[in-house]
Amino acid sequence: MLQRLLAGSLGLCLSLGSAGAFASTIYVSNEKGNSITVIDGETLKVTATVPVGQRPRGITLSHDQKQLYICTSDDNHIEVLDLDSLKVVGTLPSGPDPELFVLAPSGNPLYVANENDNLVTVVDVHTGSVRAEVPVGVEPEGMGISPDGKVLVNTSETTSMAHFIDTQTHQIMANVLVDARPRFAEFTSDGKQVWVSAEVGGTVSVIDAAARKIVHKITFAVPGIRPEALQPVGISITKDRKLAFVALGPANRVAVIDAQTFEVLKYLLVGQRVWHLAFGPGEKVIYSTNGVSNDISVIDVAEQRVVKSVTVGALPWGVAVRD
Amino acid sequence: MSGRPTPAQYLRCLDGIVGREALRFLHQRERFVAALVRPLVWLFIFAAGFRSVLGVSIIPPYETYVLYQVYIVPGLVGMIQLFNGMQSSLSMVYDREMGSMRTLLLSPLPRWYLLTCKLLAGVAVSILQVAVFLAIAWFWDVQPPWWGYLTLLPALLLSGLMLGALGLLLSSFIKQLENFAGIMNFVIFPMFFASSALYPLWRIRETSPLLYHICQFNPFTHAVELIRFALYGQVNWTSLAAVVGCTLVFLALAIYGYDPARGLIARRGGPGGGGGPGG
Repeated sequence: MLQRLLAGSLGLCLSLGSAGAFASTIYVSNEKGNSITVIDGETLKVTATVPVGQRPRGITLSHDQKQLYICTSDDNHIEVLDLDSLKVVGTLPSGPDPELFVLAPSGNPLYVANENDNLVTVVDVHTGSVRAEVPVGVEPEGMGISPDGKVLVNTSETTSMAHFIDTQTHQIMANVLVDARPRFAEFTSDGKQVWVSAEVGGTVSVIDAAARKIVHKITFAVPGIRPEALQPVGISITKDRKLAFVALGPANRVAVIDAQTFEVLKYLLVGQRVWHLAFGPGEKVIYSTNGVSNDISVIDVAEQRVVKSVTVGALPWGVAVRD
Repeated sequence: MSGRPTPAQYLRCLDGIVGREALRFLHQRERFVAALVRPLVWLFIFAAGFRSVLGVSIIPPYETYVLYQVYIVPGLVGMIQLFNGMQSSLSMVYDREMGSMRTLLLSPLPRWYLLTCKLLAGVAVSILQVAVFLAIAWFWDVQPPWWGYLTLLPALLLSGLMLGALGLLLSSFIKQLENFAGIMNFVIFPMFFASSALYPLWRIRETSPLLYHICQFNPFTHAVELIRFALYGQVNWTSLAAVVGCTLVFLALAIYGYDPARGLIARRGGPGGGGGPGG
């Protein structure tokens, strides 16, 4: 019996050791701190805080994971951070007030939402030139791209629409009306659905990507939280399309949703005003940025449990993970 | 039975006392239910109304934000043991009035041993109550790591001993059963409310620094913190020291109090007015 116990605990240690073999790095943009916080994905310790331009919000990794693109909104451009030297090595044009962007699956171009002048700017990351500007609704923000890179979905906050844009012709193919103040758009990995969160409407619309029709609207209810505080923003869906995570803003919760039945399974308590989400390697964990409490929360995906919160800079906004 | 008692006799004595306490406990199913209902009411009702009391802070041993119901569970575990400790002090008074105390104290084994056995019996009962309470709390989404339940056991033993020893000490002061209500008002409630059981100490500090210091010196706070840390596989060394220290002091005083030659019983002329054991 004792032998079996020992063997079991040894096995546990080994499996824990191998889980730690993923050396990932978490990057968090601090909107007010004007910096990027670098966190070791294994120890969850902050390893560096890199000063960048003003009001960094949306961040995403380059295709080769060597660079981080940062929407430095108040500098009206995109900064390129080299992840080995942790130095800003260049800028990309973006049009005024870039807030959120999405990189084409091929690694180029970058589609940028310009909140103040109602445009989506298409930026070539290699040449640093603007390829096209697509006029969209008022206050564009959310950006989602289909896995094949052919369809771009942009949401405009004031128009309350999801615009389906052909990435070849840069023309709007369809507009889908969603609930008030859509903030975020995310394609499922099979490209069949687009999930759009509406911050004021308090819903997530699941849109059939081919028919461009809403097939389901997910609503939220947390006991003890007033409905106005349930403001969905960031969305992450697992590759197997089994689970979806939705950040609920000032409700300080992340909703765990069965992505097949659209049923909310659980509400996880995280820090204050949770904005955006990003999966860690292998989708084993998911990180949430908590804007007001200045930290990120680490959620175990399998256990659907918050395991830790880590303090970062002032007003954390975007999060990206390098494998 | 002449000369020094053998270890076998010590064991037999322990067995007898724990057995009697267990029997008493099993025969009082209402007591078991009552012991459970009290913390469950707090967990289900009070915790629902006080969700926001924690605000946004992460305090050790927690590594992230926790719901209020998660926060108060260690406090309610402490509450179970506090009430249990007082309950056993009540039964001591009862035993004294009924005369079974005299039978017990007539045993040739040392008095400190008899009283410690009595304490251990009470702690065993309280651990049983805590186990059932935690099992119910598990379904209420209070789910500490599984090893936390193991590391909790030594903490429960220590905190149970401390609160039991306190009960024992108090029982040596009580003349009659009717005075037990006084214990409730003067010991249980202040101890429970002026502690970290229901609200974190930093919250108390915000409103009253004086109360904060009182809470810090309240042994019950340390029992709760010892339990809280143990439930997450950690040790709060300050609390551990405080609980061990208080246990020794309370137990020493209780043994003194039960000594018929020197103790308070003798001074008062014995229990039930009919002369103390051996007096």
